[in-house]
Amino acid sequence: MKHRLLGLALATALAIPFSSHAVEYTTVQKDKSRIDFTYKQMGVTVDGKFRRFSSTLSFDPAKPTAAKASFDVELASVDTGAPEGDQEVIGKPWFNAAAFPTARFVSGAVKPLGGNRYEVAGELSIKGKIQPVVVPATFTAQGSSGVFEGSFTLRRADFSIGEGSWAKFDIVANDVVVKFRITANSK
Amino acid sequence: MSTHYTATAKALHWLMAALIFGLLALGFYMHDLPLSPEKLQLYSWHKWAGVSAFLLVLFRLAWRAGHPPPALPASMPAMLRVAAHAGHIALYGLMLAIPLSGWLMSSAKGFQTVWFGVLPIPDLIGKDKATGDLLQQVHMLLNLILVLTLAGHIGAALKHHFIDRDDILTRMLPQRHPEN
Repeated sequence: MKHRLLGLALATALAIPFSSHAVEYTTVQKDKSRIDFTYKQMGVTVDGKFRRFSSTLSFDPAKPTAAKASFDVELASVDTGAPEGDQEVIGKPWFNAAAFPTARFVSGAVKPLGGNRYEVAGELSIKGKIQPVVVPATFTAQGSSGVFEGSFTLRRADFSIGEGSWAKFDIVANDVVVKFRITANSK
Repeated sequence: MSTHYTATAKALHWLMAALIFGLLALGFYMHDLPLSPEKLQLYSWHKWAGVSAFLLVLFRLAWRAGHPPPALPASMPAMLRVAAHAGHIALYGLMLAIPLSGWLMSSAKGFQTVWFGVLPIPDLIGKDKATGDLLQQVHMLLNLILVLTLAGHIGAALKHHFIDRDDILTRMLPQRHPEN
């Protein structure tokens, strides 16, 4: 305990003069990162995920407003929770993955909310449509790596995800909650 | 001793018969459909009706425990009596096992059952593809056995009525002039 307090005091003392050299988390670890989503189908919550995505990240806890992040999600790697659902949602009425293979998020302004909480504004583009989104996120340092977690709700209709007979929300709800957990190493 | 079933037992029998035929027809029809909003809706309805049937059979068993069915006719040979009892035990067993297998299959496939879209039925097992596929086979097999058992049940009732000419079938029908 004493050692820890001493360490903390030392770290705090060092952090002030050397903040410009603080750790920056930049290398995303794919095997420890995931993007999940949940949606409602006739009142039933169903979990899904994307198996493949790439991301770039740079985050310095000392300079959070300078942080940048981008994600490219391979839509064909979707796991809707049911094999026939996977086939269906890459098709034209949903993602139309043949014409629009990736969903992309690019961060804009990052606002510290105090503690380890941040608000990341950005643009989400899916199926040729771009929408502004605000993503609340937390950052937790774990040794030499840092974990970013958060979730936000998108409305599938904003991106024409699920057209034609799927356009109504009585069977598949409009709201889709996207959750992410990204682990990045410092340089 | 009454020669008829109680009015409640009759109502439960025919309500269950309607539910079972509806569920069987829906089940066989829906599983081959291509994915569409209608298919998802039919699956939900099938699951809601299945949960209802399960609750109904529990109520039916409780009612039966308190109101024993009328005795079989004295003219029935011992072997056929055994067959009749075995058939009814099989029907009750299937009426319990089939909704249970459907419930577990839904959980294993990751689609929780939410009764009438409002009341979530807990998932007893976690999501697992292999378990889900196995339970689908089990659900299917149990239903095929049910179809055969029902054929025997209906065939036996008709045989009693038209060949043996006893009251086995009529005592499950509504009574116009109640004896008691």
